[in-house]
Amino acid sequence: MTGLRADFRLARGDFRLDVAISTPGQGVTALFGRSGCGKTTLLRCLAGLERAAGGCRLGEEVWQDDGRRLFVPTHRRPIGYVLQEPSLFPHLSVRGNLEYGWRRVPARRQQVVFDEVVELLGLGRHLDRSPAGLSGGERQRVSVARALLTSPRLLLMDEPLSALDHASKQEILPYFERLHDGLRLPIVYVSHSPDEVARLADQMILLQGGRVLGAGPVAELLVRLDLPLARDTEAGAVIDGRVAEHDDVYGLTRIAIAGGRLALPRLDRPIGAPARVRIHARDVSLALDEPGTSSILNILPVRILEIVELDRTQVLIRLAAGRDDETQVLARITRRSRDLLRLAPGREVYAQVKAVALVD
Amino acid sequence: MSDRDWLALVTTLELSAVTTLVLLILGTPLAWWLARTNSRLAVAVEAVVALPLVLPPTVLGFYMLVALGPRGPIGGTLEALGLPHLAFTFTGLVIASTIYSLPFMVQPLKDAFAAVGSRMTEVAATLRAGPWDRFFTVVVPLARRGFLTAVTLTFAHTVGEFGVVLMVGGNIPGETRVLSIAIYDHAESMDYASAHLLSGGLLAASFLLLLTVYLVNRRYLLVHP
Repeated sequence: MTGLRADFRLARGDFRLDVAISTPGQGVTALFGRSGCGKTTLLRCLAGLERAAGGCRLGEEVWQDDGRRLFVPTHRRPIGYVLQEPSLFPHLSVRGNLEYGWRRVPARRQQVVFDEVVELLGLGRHLDRSPAGLSGGERQRVSVARALLTSPRLLLMDEPLSALDHASKQEILPYFERLHDGLRLPIVYVSHSPDEVARLADQMILLQGGRVLGAGPVAELLVRLDLPLARDTEAGAVIDGRVAEHDDVYGLTRIAIAGGRLALPRLDRPIGAPARVRIHARDVSLALDEPGTSSILNILPVRILEIVELDRTQVLIRLAAGRDDETQVLARITRRSRDLLRLAPGREVYAQVKAVALVD
Repeated sequence: MSDRDWLALVTTLELSAVTTLVLLILGTPLAWWLARTNSRLAVAVEAVVALPLVLPPTVLGFYMLVALGPRGPIGGTLEALGLPHLAFTFTGLVIASTIYSLPFMVQPLKDAFAAVGSRMTEVAATLRAGPWDRFFTVVVPLARRGFLTAVTLTFAHTVGEFGVVLMVGGNIPGETRVLSIAIYDHAESMDYASAHLLSGGLLAASFLLLLTVYLVNRRYLLVHP
């Protein structure tokens, strides 16, 4: 077991935190929820910046065990922590910031090469600058690099993108995806953006009012109708597939998913490469017969698993494709359409997908 | 300037330097505690620290004289142990000055520590820095303007004290006779030339010192917005 396991209980004024969580030994686990749900507090407890009752361990290493009166202070935990605001030391240069943690880790424990991390986050040109002269995105890249240079065995990120404008976000996301693919360590990533979660996370822990509402693989949680995620206007499914063929005549790439194929604008990836796509619930409509003539490229034969009413006008439908329902998507349609088409769980229909977005 | 006045200048600088050093060592942890604590005791402690700002120096000096003298709790205890009491000594003067100048050290430091906040020290903790390490590599550099202000004000304020010295120190050349006392003596004996020299010198030196500090702080502000 190399993953993280923790349970915390904390009462502060009206707020109560009462959670038990675990993560795999690598990959990104998103802590997802509205502001005030306790995700930052939970992250601070994991870092030892906040002390709640309970316990916390990473693999075999115990960081907190109230039964044994054990509490390892923050500076002795092998963590990297990235805050929402890029908090660089203003009295040090970029290099000084990067070296701050790097120097404090004994050489025999160092797992990363300084220049490689600088390269990974594209900071070579900025080393001798002062943090005050950097853009928001550059600053956040420095704080990520600074955290990685301590050779952490757990990376904690507290909404590292939310303080950035759209352009900076787009600039920094590819670096984060590289982290996700390149690092063999668990990352706990606090977020309140479904799109960010769909793009970066493998696992998800959904928090509400200081409790865990649900936990599991992102693809499963995003389509669970009993969770508030599916009710979001940005709600949608993520599907992992592989590049199956390129169509250079029309500039398309088809990716194979369980139960069908999806066409996307031409991708610059080899056949067989993994591709993760996102399909918003609002972009899926349903038809009883296979539509013969339609401008819509992606039509999947699916089976209705579940229907819930969102309000007087709309319903949300969970659909499955593939032999064992491996591919699941959501469709948001009107209540009127549901009644008109007599849609009910178990019926086989055709899902017309208006937009498929590549997320990774 | 007479030899006696030179000696008074040396005594003054010595007293101010030692007092500033002692206060830096004692005042820093006190200011740190005041900036961080949620304890109710802190309010009372802050009021006590600020007392020298409002009390006439003679009141403070009087109590110090009583406490440090041969019959006082401190001086008496020392005598019972076979040590000399502290009234009319340089050490006694340092103790009295330390209390007298306490707010000038503690308040700027407390404000500076509060402005540094906890975020940067938490970040340093996640970067493997222990408590002392964090204090010296993050808090002190970020609070350096506060330190500069505190040290300067404490030094200048100690140079300028009179009432406390008069009560506790007396007028022993080379031991407790400081500039402010020397000026008082010269004015008493109608030696206005000497009084002018010392007073003008003190005025100019104090002004230049404060001007330098404010210039440095202003420039720092301009360079690091």
